[in-house]
Amino acid sequence: MSATTVKPAALPAEGRIGLRANLRHISALVRRNALQIKQDPESMFDAVMMPIIFTLLFVYVFGGAVAGGQQAYVNYFVPGMMAMGGLNIAMSVGTGVNDDFNKGVMDRFRTMPIARSSVLIAKLIVETGRMLVSTVILLTVGFILGFDLKTDPLQLLAAVGLALVFGSSLTWIFMWLGLSLKTPQAVQGMGFLVIMPLQFGSSIFAKPDSMPGWLQTFTDYNPLSRLADAARALTQGEGAIAAPTLTVLLWALGITVVTAPLAVRKFRDKT
Amino acid sequence: MDPGKLEGMTRFEQNLTGGNAVEVRGLVKHFGATKAVDGVDLDVREGTVLGVLGPNGAGKTTLVRCLSTLLRPDAGTATVAGYDVVRQPRQLRRTIGLTGQYASVDEKLSGWENLYMIGRLLDLSRKEARSRADAMLERFSLTEAAKRAAGTYSGGMRRRLDLAASMIGHPAVLYLDEPTTGLDPRTRNEVWDEVKRMVQEGSTVLLTTQYMEEAEQLASELTVIDRGKVIAEGRVNELKAKVGGRTLQIRPVDTADLDPMIAAVTESGLDGIGGATADREEGLVNVPIVSDEQLTAVIGLLGRHGFAIAGIDTHLPSLDEVFLALTGQKTSTPQDEQDQQDQQDTSLEEVAA
Ligand SMILES: Nc1ncnc2c1ncn2[C@@H]1O[C@H](COP(=O)(O)OP(=O)(O)OP(=O)(O)O)[C@@H](O)[C@H]1O
Ligand SMILES: [Mg+2]
Repeated sequence: MSATTVKPAALPAEGRIGLRANLRHISALVRRNALQIKQDPESMFDAVMMPIIFTLLFVYVFGGAVAGGQQAYVNYFVPGMMAMGGLNIAMSVGTGVNDDFNKGVMDRFRTMPIARSSVLIAKLIVETGRMLVSTVILLTVGFILGFDLKTDPLQLLAAVGLALVFGSSLTWIFMWLGLSLKTPQAVQGMGFLVIMPLQFGSSIFAKPDSMPGWLQTFTDYNPLSRLADAARALTQGEGAIAAPTLTVLLWALGITVVTAPLAVRKFRDKT
Repeated sequence: MDPGKLEGMTRFEQNLTGGNAVEVRGLVKHFGATKAVDGVDLDVREGTVLGVLGPNGAGKTTLVRCLSTLLRPDAGTATVAGYDVVRQPRQLRRTIGLTGQYASVDEKLSGWENLYMIGRLLDLSRKEARSRADAMLERFSLTEAAKRAAGTYSGGMRRRLDLAASMIGHPAVLYLDEPTTGLDPRTRNEVWDEVKRMVQEGSTVLLTTQYMEEAEQLASELTVIDRGKVIAEGRVNELKAKVGGRTLQIRPVDTADLDPMIAAVTESGLDGIGGATADREEGLVNVPIVSDEQLTAVIGLLGRHGFAIAGIDTHLPSLDEVFLALTGQKTSTPQDEQDQQDQQDTSLEEVAA
């Protein structure tokens, strides 16, 4: 057996990790996260079941009352739900990360010549994959219930892409929370506190027209509303596309720029 | 000569200062009022094994965590392969491998996947990572369990996987924090063989342990710490001479032979052997020895005299006895950990047997 240590090419003098090495590390860690899902398929339960249960529940329970008919409500709800899926997955990342990062294997990663961020980026990639699975299931259920795509598949793809971009920026927030708080329970409690008002104080489930003025102001500024609006415009052809899309992208950028470094620093300093 | 080994050594020598792979000066790490590491100095010469011996709570794990960039020391300096633990952590991480006291493998991944992942993170090619994962599993007798999730492994298996993970990249400096605590004697011997092999292949090892036997097997030099401070250091032989080495216990078939046996040993004038005593209750002759040669000589001598021997055994001093000899004090092991300590003493004797 050869006793080669590290290839000299990967040994720049000042210890920085090159881009190619970094990508290799990230892919090794993505494989780890994916294998964990394979070993523990129940961890996909939320991503798979949530869109099914939520869609059935909301369409059949509230459809008639909110939109005057199931058919009309499916068309309203499915784009809204695209905005919400990312939020729910992101929250589950918070609890998962908290659990995962208290494990001994993180000590090993911390003593290895890899960028600390690669551990988090790998997690982000796998979670974005989970969001995609969740969105595909949502759309499948939606189409079965009669969801009507009034634009074209390309615009639908754009809506999915936008939801994933925003969802992955939210993932950074929850990774940061997961690393900052002591227990998964604390993360979950904190998560609900943030999620509930954002979720319901938005245009996801119902048109804000009937809400009181102060709440309308809140929903107006709520990025989830903008994301739901953009997804509706892209799938139903109603309303402007550019304005809400731009707002959502700016939010995603802002959130990532602020919370990604916070999360990476938290991970680095954790002992 | 193995080209890989040559490369590893070249890299190592470039960064070395004065032949020490690890240099620690005045290292301090406090947790609130607990002075876990309280001004430790130590050196590990390149290509050797330093044993850090100490009871529970002595600060061994804290020391290792400081040296592997997991903890930031409060004061003092430490360099590994010439790299400063605080200022050059990234370079330092390229040279080290760590088996911490508590298993650091991914429990949801299989043994093989764990090792393959570590290999890839160490920039091995896919092929190389694959073949080394196979080879390491083989070396640590885990081939049969290769495909099973590490979470289903027994404690000893997890420990072996952990060791394999820290050795797969052939680190220049390897830290082993109580690597064989909780392992059965056979597995313990296996681990020792692998550590020796790493040293032969050019690695430097810092090993913490609570077992004199382990230190004796692997280390050329010893540092004994207690309550965060170094209380003794030196070559293993020197310390062993202070402590008294092993005790050879001989059980004659007939207890009437006890005194004649002692007389024979005493009169023989064998080099460095004196003070044979009788344990009449147990029917044993105790002979203090410091080497295997002396053991052979004593047995040979008794054989030539025609004594009938029912059993022989060697007994190593326990950590408690070492401390007693070095400091004149009992270890500062807290009472609640005494049970564990007793257990460890028992297993020490089993190993020695
Ligand atoms: N993170 C921490 N926070 C507070 N105290 C700590 C921490 N880590 C270690 N200590 C304390 O520092 C002291 C030294 O602990 P350490 O784990 O280094 O001992 P050790 O020699 O490895 O013991 P053992 O043989 O039991 O593994 C102990 O009193 C321990 O309680
Ligand atoms: Mg310890």
